[in-house]
Amino acid sequence: MGVEICVEGLTKSFGHQVIWQDVSLTLPAGEVSVMLGPSGTGKSVFLKTLVGLLKPDRGSVRVAGRDITKLREHELYEVRKQFGVLFQDGALFGSMNLYDNIAFPLREHTRRSESEIRRIVLDKMDMVGLIGSERKLPGEISGGMRKRAGLARALVLDPEIILFDEPDSGLDPVRVAYLNQLIVDLNAQIDATFLIVTHDIASARQVPDNIGLLFRRELVMFGPRERLLTSDEPVVRQFLNGRMQGPIGMAEEKDAAQVEQELAQLADRAPVQAPTPRLLPGPGITRPPRWEAIARREAELRRREVADV
Amino acid sequence: MSLSPTGALRQSGHLFAMALDVLRTLPRRPFQAREFIQQAWFIASVTILPTALVSIPFGAVIALQIGSLTRQLGAQSFSGAASVLAVLREASPIVTALLIAGAGGTAICADLGARKIREEIDAMQVLGIDPIHRLVVPRVLASMVVAVLLNGLVSVVGVAGGYFFNVVLQNGTPGAYLASFTTLAQLSDLWAAEIKALVFGAIAAIVASYKGLTAKGGPKGVGDAVNQSVVITFMVLFVTNFVMTAVYFQVVPQRG
Repeated sequence: MGVEICVEGLTKSFGHQVIWQDVSLTLPAGEVSVMLGPSGTGKSVFLKTLVGLLKPDRGSVRVAGRDITKLREHELYEVRKQFGVLFQDGALFGSMNLYDNIAFPLREHTRRSESEIRRIVLDKMDMVGLIGSERKLPGEISGGMRKRAGLARALVLDPEIILFDEPDSGLDPVRVAYLNQLIVDLNAQIDATFLIVTHDIASARQVPDNIGLLFRRELVMFGPRERLLTSDEPVVRQFLNGRMQGPIGMAEEKDAAQVEQELAQLADRAPVQAPTPRLLPGPGITRPPRWEAIARREAELRRREVADV
Repeated sequence: MSLSPTGALRQSGHLFAMALDVLRTLPRRPFQAREFIQQAWFIASVTILPTALVSIPFGAVIALQIGSLTRQLGAQSFSGAASVLAVLREASPIVTALLIAGAGGTAICADLGARKIREEIDAMQVLGIDPIHRLVVPRVLASMVVAVLLNGLVSVVGVAGGYFFNVVLQNGTPGAYLASFTTLAQLSDLWAAEIKALVFGAIAAIVASYKGLTAKGGPKGVGDAVNQSVVITFMVLFVTNFVMTAVYFQVVPQRG
């Protein structure tokens, strides 16, 4: 079962530049959450703060009750074993082939025999569809494959929490769809707590239980998916619809008067869209009770929509 | 990089903090034997040839300078003694310092810097592995071992080069050169040089690792880190060399 992450009053700045301040949210155990935000709002910084790679100026991050901002270095390394992180480019070790990369955490942290390691590694490689590429070096494969290999490596220690740093950046739409399905399947299979940092709206609409939005150095909103998808908050609506009209401008922020005018124009024509259907685990996956409930709810919603039409 | 005085202080503070971390992590099990051997081999392979090639002219220059001086003074029989002394005491630590910083240190810094900007180091930390223990300690130890061996190499090649130039090119007498071999130099000179090399190896590897692990800003950041690491290492090594030489003269009684 996954672990709850409780963030309170988190503030981070580099020099005089405040990245975000007073971010408070709770990632519920075993659920999938997405953190959205325009480029350059410190989404990756947030993710790195959660695993203790960066120290926040203020605030706390409690993982299963332990505040990781106050832990000593060697305790931090222990807590991190509960995490699996998929970095933007996979962050594979360039000098090792894919097999050794994925086996690396097992060889470092466990006393398993090579045959056991082989079984686990091949199992995870199968999960992400990389069978047959064991001997390839990270430099020889495509970005999508590197991401999947990075994911396999993040999975080998059976983490309680998995963090994804822009899993969809630099991938084509088809691969993004496959990766999203993989994320949902994984959540149904291993029950870990997931946090996905992204700016891909399509994924954010389909995949998560919860959505958060970072903008203007703060967390604008964090809550269940439906609440954000149907929200009237101008920033949330603008971002989730990928529109130009709204508070988010090309260079971060817009002039208040202009925003008012644009929103007034929009109000007459754009009705709040019905939430996009949720992505469910694939047919081959045995669904735990949580996902059974979600599937039932989704089916109910679809039925009501059809009835409405 | 900021140019403010506090910025420079902070940098050196971080550098010393990392040196302490390395010291503290040194005894931690399991010892990374594989990484150590790989790194020792790697550092040796990038430094051996340049070291040998640099120490031949170094020995030769000393032989030439001393040769003409001793001829003018009519003290040719001492040219062997003087050139051995110069090579052993000063040339070999300096050449070792140049090569271990210039060839070994840059290689370490570039390697770690590239890993840092590809987020490999972050990934390693997230996987619960301390990069100081896994990567830096083996490199520091490897660099120390290789520096000691390089110092031996420089001494042998430098003295041989000196012999060749003195005896073959300047018509010195082989007997006088060899007989005066130990009139000025003594065994403790060799020990002192080896200890210097050991310390140089440690400093070069720690500075290079520090600069590599704090590289940021993409490929250009790695280039900058390598550049700074060489400059800083040279400065630190030459100062250290001076201090160690001064201490050596106070502690060990000299001959002649």
